[in-house]
Amino acid sequence: MSVATHLPALQVVLPLLAAPLTVLLRRPGLAFLVAVAASWCALAIALALAFQVHGSGVISYPIGNWPPPIGIEYRVDALSSAMLVLVAGIASVVLPFARGSIEREIPAPQHYLFYTMFLLCMTGLLGISITGDAFNIFVFLEISSLSTYVLIALGRDRRALVAAYQYLIMGTIGATFIVIAIGLLYLMTGTLNLADMGRRIAAVNGTRPVLAALAFLTVGVSLKLALFPLHQWLPNAYAYAPTAVSAFIAATATKVAVYVLLRFYFGVFGEAQVFGRLPMEQMMLALALAGMFVASTIAVFQTDLKRLFAYSSVGQIGYIVLGLSFDSATGLTASIVHLFNHGVTKGAIFMLLGIVVASIGGATLTRVHGLGRLMPWTSAGIVLAGLSLIGVPGTAGFVTKWYLVLAALEQGQWWLVFLIVASSLVSLMYVWRFVEVAYFREPRKDIVPAAVPRSMAVPTAVLLVAVVLFGLDTTFTVDPAIRAAEMLLGGAR
Amino acid sequence: MAPEQAVLAALAVPLVGAALIALAGRAPNLRETVTMATALALLGTVLTLLPGVLAGGRPGVALFELMPGLEIALRVEPLGMLFALVASGLWIVNSLYSIGYMRGNKEEKQTRFFICFALALSATMGIAFSANLFTLFLFYEVLTLVTYPLVTHHGTEKARQGGRVYLGLLLGTSTVFLLPALIFIWFLAGTTDFTPGGILAGRLGHHELAALLALTVYGIGKAALMPFHRWLPAAMVAPTPVSALLHAVAVVKAGVFSVVKVIVYIFGVDNLASAGLSGAADWLVTVAGFTIIAASVVALNADNLKRRLAYSTVSQLAYVVMAAALLAPLSLVGAVLHIAAHAFSKITLFFAAGAIYTAAHKTEVSQLDGIGRRMPWTMVAFTIGALSLIGIPPFAGVISKWYILAGALSAQNLLAAAVILTSTLLNAAYFLPIVHRAFFRPLSAAAESHPHGEAPRSMVVAMLVTATATTAMFFFPDTFLQLAQAVASGRGP
Repeated sequence: MSVATHLPALQVVLPLLAAPLTVLLRRPGLAFLVAVAASWCALAIALALAFQVHGSGVISYPIGNWPPPIGIEYRVDALSSAMLVLVAGIASVVLPFARGSIEREIPAPQHYLFYTMFLLCMTGLLGISITGDAFNIFVFLEISSLSTYVLIALGRDRRALVAAYQYLIMGTIGATFIVIAIGLLYLMTGTLNLADMGRRIAAVNGTRPVLAALAFLTVGVSLKLALFPLHQWLPNAYAYAPTAVSAFIAATATKVAVYVLLRFYFGVFGEAQVFGRLPMEQMMLALALAGMFVASTIAVFQTDLKRLFAYSSVGQIGYIVLGLSFDSATGLTASIVHLFNHGVTKGAIFMLLGIVVASIGGATLTRVHGLGRLMPWTSAGIVLAGLSLIGVPGTAGFVTKWYLVLAALEQGQWWLVFLIVASSLVSLMYVWRFVEVAYFREPRKDIVPAAVPRSMAVPTAVLLVAVVLFGLDTTFTVDPAIRAAEMLLGGAR
Repeated sequence: MAPEQAVLAALAVPLVGAALIALAGRAPNLRETVTMATALALLGTVLTLLPGVLAGGRPGVALFELMPGLEIALRVEPLGMLFALVASGLWIVNSLYSIGYMRGNKEEKQTRFFICFALALSATMGIAFSANLFTLFLFYEVLTLVTYPLVTHHGTEKARQGGRVYLGLLLGTSTVFLLPALIFIWFLAGTTDFTPGGILAGRLGHHELAALLALTVYGIGKAALMPFHRWLPAAMVAPTPVSALLHAVAVVKAGVFSVVKVIVYIFGVDNLASAGLSGAADWLVTVAGFTIIAASVVALNADNLKRRLAYSTVSQLAYVVMAAALLAPLSLVGAVLHIAAHAFSKITLFFAAGAIYTAAHKTEVSQLDGIGRRMPWTMVAFTIGALSLIGIPPFAGVISKWYILAGALSAQNLLAAAVILTSTLLNAAYFLPIVHRAFFRPLSAAAESHPHGEAPRSMVVAMLVTATATTAMFFFPDTFLQLAQAVASGRGP
């Protein structure tokens, strides 16, 4: 057997082994190199897997050669390979950036631990995306969550500790709910392999334990993906975490939670059971709309840019859930494509804010007065990424909006069409809060911007290019999303 | 240069110009030379396209494909040719004028001003040469965004307020109305290509068609149809050259240009007028007629000169919309011609207003007593522009009005004919008193003590050039007429 056949295992094992290696090395410089190398290798593997899946269909990899459903199966299909590319891709961009960022935000003795935790978090997220085993999903979810708590607590603001604690409590409740759901499913189907579970559940469809499992899973995952009104942990976590951490988890963690939801809804419970038996569509629609409008409106009144864009994330997650609630191919495509588009956009924004923090020591609206003159490129970048949040044509956000509106039109729901487009005006308001402060106020005399290393600027620019590219050329985003949506609705798993 | 390359060059030349202006920012003379050279190069590029288009050629390029039937593509057809010709030609004159104005008034941030101007022209060329509604929408939004810094150029609280109205109304209408309309059109027809005869024939009933037309036309907020016209007076806080080229030519004409384009090439004149659907555009004639009269009445009561001109623009834009909505071949010719005729006349009027502000620091109509004696050239140019808009020969305005009126009569629409006649009287009522004051009233005591002559020479020259163009269009309307007739006869893209 060549190395190529073991790529699914390497995808997870490589960062998992790199993590303790950084502890052994201890030197921040070496730890940094190991982390970057691991993330780039992970990206290469993810891309190779994506090519394989595209070329020859689903890859099934039995861990330790125990055939499924007895052993743990790693399973790469259109949706999971897309998630792998997203997670590994964002990590490969954020890690080179992180070095300059954490130098200014985290005490030096903790630097190597940052890389350790980052790699573990990445391992967890990659593992969730690749595994075909329900309990394995829970294990990787815990790995990513625990490391995220630590990463958030590394923030230099003391409120980071409270934020991490808050997230720990909420995240643990969520994880408990998820494990209860998995337990109930195991009870009813006698298997932990997702594909097998999806087949066997037909016999017990609609029984009370299965519906209870559905409820537990929905609430548990909704906590992790910060669906309104279960988003309370998110704004503080994003605001007080070190900015590199905010960039990584904003772009990936909530997205992977959405992936879990999609996996269970369409792969295990089946579309008919989720949407047919319970008023899930209406519930998700209502919560998504509430998120889009309420959270975005709260964002308008924030004074800290990191918090502002954190609330914006809750609103944007509303779009993802909205697409899901349509229960149609177009709606799912919108959701999946927004995982990418919002991941890239929000990653870029938090990295830009990282540059601002590194340069002028903070990103509150009162500090960024006249930023347009002090840091013209960074400000222009924030505006550009902000336009993508609004959904201006030519940016990634527009593509999502297009598919969402199309999904609403397909069902003849004109009122929803108008709500979707109207919500982008709320985004316009919070983005313009920044514009007016950055371009209309005089720079403060007491703030002198410090030079920022190129290692921070270049990765950020890469993501910004992606924001525009994904708005003009959708080959790399929409095509995989359509394939994934068709696969989910086709019931294949 | 092959026509296909020339199409791309028309967008690229101003972009390159903007980059060079940025590089030359430290040396004002060099920077202004670059602006002039860019403007000349753009007109040259556009002119190379003219003979081919007149001969029936429709050169085009496809750039990106977002999804099947939805691509970013350019194609030159007669209407776009005319718009590009007018905008690029007047940019040269306006640049000459701007240089005098910006220096004469010691404006700040001149480099940013000239950069944004060049970017706005690039977006205008994109609108003019769009091959489909999606591409037009893209450049339409870009134009809104790049003109925002020009509107808020002064950076004052008032400028910020004006900017909010400008951006809010333009982005708001395009997002909430035009975007759903665009997606719906694509949903119905599977394409958004501008096609002679339209792409919606037989796809919608009477009421749906009328509703979709409303959504589209109100989505094009730049056409300033009431009640979404307020952004135009709000934009008058900008320096006068911006009001002159953008808010008398490029931006507002992009609005009415889009309306005409949509009616002719998306909805289809015959489709809108066909027996089963007769009257799908009738309401638009009424709304536009109301806008013409109401805006004229507001102009009548405005003492601020630029405000009066702005409301006059609102009224004149509605002429174009009404002429297009009449759906008669003659009125379509009139609509297209009026785009050019109003451009030449109104830019002259704005140039004069800016010259008065620069030389005499006067902004109100009531301050203009006797100013014709101090600034004879300026007021002669102003008079020519005013007479042209009233519709008095030998100036451009009479030609387009003639065609519109003939169209209204051939369509047996007496309401439209009555509106045109009434508004002619109103035009005279708000323009002639200014001319009368300037030439026949004595100088006021305050003005006596404040000696001044004409504005800087470059401004006077610019004004005389556009006044001459206004006159020349009356005597030599052939090129414009040929293009207009090609549009009206359906020999479109």
